[in-house]
Amino acid sequence: MIKPLLYGGLAVLGMASAMAKADSPASLMAQYAQQAGVPVSGLSASRGATLYRTEHPGRDGQAVSCAGCHTANPAQAGRSRVGKRIEPLAPAANPQRFTDAAKVEKWFRRNCQDVLQRECSAQEKGDFIAWLSQAR
Amino acid sequence: MNYLLRGIGVVAAVGVFSLLAFSLPSGDAHGDGGGNVLPRTANKAWQQECASCHIAYSPAFLPKASWRRLMSGLDQHFGENASLDPATQADILRFLEANAADSGTSRMGSRVMQSMGVSAAPLRITDTRWFVRKHDEVSQATWSRKSIGSAANCAACHRQAEQGVFDEDTVRIPKQ
Ligand code: HEC
Ligand code: HEC
Ligand code: HEC
Repeated sequence: MIKPLLYGGLAVLGMASAMAKADSPASLMAQYAQQAGVPVSGLSASRGATLYRTEHPGRDGQAVSCAGCHTANPAQAGRSRVGKRIEPLAPAANPQRFTDAAKVEKWFRRNCQDVLQRECSAQEKGDFIAWLSQAR
Repeated sequence: MNYLLRGIGVVAAVGVFSLLAFSLPSGDAHGDGGGNVLPRTANKAWQQECASCHIAYSPAFLPKASWRRLMSGLDQHFGENASLDPATQADILRFLEANAADSGTSRMGSRVMQSMGVSAAPLRITDTRWFVRKHDEVSQATWSRKSIGSAANCAACHRQAEQGVFDEDTVRIPKQ
């Protein structure tokens, strides 16, 4: 049962990117809510904020968090570990964010692994976008 | 319903694959400026995937063997996860190999190779003897200045590093 659902979810994401159909923060939130089996109203911006700010022990003992690279205020530009500018993550400050499902999935996969040492759940991804969508 | 979705998934996957497979050519080099300016090379996947966390380092800074090693360990890339799907990874590696330091396509590459052991395959440009020699006037304290952070942050000092320009006129070491 889980597997077909998973394939279904991947198919939807695959379609979206293959057709370069415009994704949006709202459409991605709807997709993640559906995958998590909750209504969109079941996504929580405050849980998203906690996910964004919480510090975790990193591989070299230094604390890591999403805010570490994306800064405390996601409407501001951040900095990668090498020192390169990262454009703001909040759609209000950077309309290109959360408009490409494949890109969003790629970075959730990488960054959740780096920070949490595991993948983020669909619920967490939905919460995260819910919070960023209201960040000004 | 699920079978329908699965079918759509297969169609989408095939579509994406054929797009990748046929989006040739993988990039070519044009001219080599004065030797401190890299040949203009381009590959879409490389520009898209290797320039988010740092500048897209020119293929001419490392030999083929280095690029092969680096590209086969992207999930543990200097402590970060930079993993890619296999098709994109293969496309980028082809481009890197074709323009690598030992591919004979640039003067910069030949210079990098002059101080490199035959079987050497360093993962870092900043570890090569060539790099160390070119930067012997930069002190340890300078490298660790806050605005620089890392020797890998070429663009902190080389103002046109993104465009492959590394000549004297464009170097400016930030003060703090
Ligand atoms: C080591 C630095 C770093 C950390 C830590 C980090 N990120 Fe990122 N993140 C990046 C970079 C670099 C990009 C891509 C650059 C760009 O698109 O401007 C990015 C892009 C993203 C994107 C893509 C959004 C879009 O639509 O373009 C998402 C989603 C994301 N990060 C989520 C997270 C989450 C969730 C965390 C914490 C679990 C996190 N990031 C922690 C560096 C980081
Ligand atoms: C998720 C972020 C991220 C992505 C994406 C990424 N890198 Fe890196 N890369 C890093 C970090 C972090 C370092 C270590 C830099 C340091 O030590 O300051 C690094 C270092 C390097 C170095 C060595 C730099 C030196 O010190 O000489 C090379 C070469 C390199 N990357 C190539 C690539 C290539 C090729 C790609 C694309 C396939 C890529 N990187 C994509 C984060 C990334
Ligand atoms: C702290 C500042 C700084 C950083 C960071 C830095 N460089 Fe340099 N680089 C210099 C200085 C200073 C010189 C010497 C300029 C001169 O006298 O020609 C130089 C020289 C060079 C040259 C030789 C140019 C010539 O005239 O032969 C190359 C090529 C070069 N750097 C590449 C890089 C690359 C690639 C990186 C990143 C992996 C990098 N540099 C990072 C400061 C820096």
